[in-house]
Amino acid sequence: MTNKVKVGIIGPGNIGQDLMIKISRSPVLELACVVGIVESPGLQRARDMGVDASPDGVDYLVQHHGKDIQIVFDATSAKGHVENAKRLSPAGIFTLDLTPAALGPYCVPAVNLDERMLQKPEVNMVTCAGQATTPMVAAINRVADVYYAETVSSLSSFSAGPGTRANIDEFTQTTRTALEKVGGADKARALIILNPAEPPIYMSNTIYCRVRHVDMEAITKAADECLDTMRSYVPGCRFRMRPILRDPEDDIVMLAVEVEGAGDYLPPTAGNLDIINAASIRIAEAKARQLLEGKA
Amino acid sequence: MSNIIITDTTLRDGSHSVRHQFSVEDTRRIVEALDEAQIDIIEVGHGDGLAGSTCNYGFSAAPEIEAVRAAAQAAKRAKIAVLLLPGIGTVPDLVQAREAGAAVVRVATHVTEADISHEHISEAKKMGFFVVGFLMMAHRGSAARVLEEAKKMESYGADVVYSTDSAGALLPDGVRERIGILRERLSVPIGFHSHNNLGLAIGNSLAAIHAGATYIDGSLGGLGAGAGNTATEMLVAVLERAGQKKKADLFKSIDACVQVLHPVLERHGVRLPAIQDPMMLGFAGVYSSFMLHAKRAAKRFGVDYRSIIIEAGRREAVGGQEDWLYEIARELAAQ
Repeated sequence: MTNKVKVGIIGPGNIGQDLMIKISRSPVLELACVVGIVESPGLQRARDMGVDASPDGVDYLVQHHGKDIQIVFDATSAKGHVENAKRLSPAGIFTLDLTPAALGPYCVPAVNLDERMLQKPEVNMVTCAGQATTPMVAAINRVADVYYAETVSSLSSFSAGPGTRANIDEFTQTTRTALEKVGGADKARALIILNPAEPPIYMSNTIYCRVRHVDMEAITKAADECLDTMRSYVPGCRFRMRPILRDPEDDIVMLAVEVEGAGDYLPPTAGNLDIINAASIRIAEAKARQLLEGKA
Repeated sequence: MSNIIITDTTLRDGSHSVRHQFSVEDTRRIVEALDEAQIDIIEVGHGDGLAGSTCNYGFSAAPEIEAVRAAAQAAKRAKIAVLLLPGIGTVPDLVQAREAGAAVVRVATHVTEADISHEHISEAKKMGFFVVGFLMMAHRGSAARVLEEAKKMESYGADVVYSTDSAGALLPDGVRERIGILRERLSVPIGFHSHNNLGLAIGNSLAAIHAGATYIDGSLGGLGAGAGNTATEMLVAVLERAGQKKKADLFKSIDACVQVLHPVLERHGVRLPAIQDPMMLGFAGVYSSFMLHAKRAAKRFGVDYRSIIIEAGRREAVGGQEDWLYEIARELAAQ
């Protein structure tokens, strides 16, 4: 097992349990510990997988695994993460923050995952909508200069948990900020719609970019390449609609990306949860490879 | 019997019909006319609510906050309302709207998703808004589900909860069922918002009132998305016919539509069907073929067509007595 880096999960809910399965497939990550704050089916699942699990929270993880664990996924809440970060940061554990706390920089693997990002004590995973839309805005911005980006993300109702529902402003504002700061749009808006249709819909994201250089050939090529990059870590990403000019007289480029989840713990219609997990695994693996090379 | 509170949404739902191109001046004029007609609540802004000005829904001609401010300044009695859809608009948008003079906010979610309105309803209450919970696409939820979601909005602090027929898909029975259960099981007043897509807007509104709704939406001339809403002036006429109490004035609400809204719409290239003249026949209980004759008589003697029709109704004219209309017109002119 010397070719793997030990990792931990805080928060054994839906996201945490999906991460457990994804980590078990990784060639460079080894799950060493899962903690929650109460006894739960998620902790039991970890034990069934032969992983040390405890309801004693971040304290247990740092005390018992502070020396061997090098990467932690925090899938608790914004408030929870602020507290957890106080323990993880002094222990020198690289943290992937899947909550809206955003103490660290936003990281969207297809756009800004680089050496510098991996040197930060922690990175934030933005939002599911941000992971699905920011790469396309960034790709189009590079070739066409996006002065306004707007995204409409439709999620199946069942896949939007109580945390998202109680803080929907935070969700839209965080996504918007990522579209500007990571995506490079001068200005942006992010809209979110919940759809209760049965059977549930796949996560769908319509992306509008108002561009200064309307070069559809370059834009389409950039979007195609971007999709390939995204599919390297979220295989269920696909176009519902490749880029079009919404109106031949206008400068509004429109495209739509659908995300089908891998169906690990969560069903394929929870593509929104899958993409943020898959993106965090991508970052963790990059960090692990860096650590393993450093040791060698 | 409590007053029926009318919310006019010409300047919000009606914005869809002019692709959100109402100017601040259009807003000011229409608010003045509605206020003069004693409409209780006037909703203004982009059709999709605060921050609805987007690629996805269309960009507004006027900055929404300027429209709210102009409306608040123009209204002497009426309260100004804004719409907010969580997922599109945010709490900071509400703060701005409040500062600009909005007194009412309608927080709208899909009928099964009320829990995303929690932060907006409770924050709006803290700002001093009168808060209406607006459950859209009510036909997509059973009466029991509408109740479940309405209870959430009530628990967040909503002062009124609406069952909103956004698709104009409900039949009167479905309206009665949903409003009835809300009336029975909620403590706050219940509202209904119609669309006329199946031609049932006014009938459904009346069904809602009979089932216990006390907040009803209309828009002048029925302007609004799809086939539009219940026409405000028709709602006023029907409420009078039904013996319901309300503040709004019939003639002034008709004037607001014909004299103020129609010229504005003309500049936007939109023409509404002329429903107001035939509406008076129903209101007064007068034979339908009297309309054209009464209009001719009104022109001849320079009197109000509506007064002729009402007087013909009062005299219990029957079919065939078109001749009376000239006589009535002459008498009215002499007064």
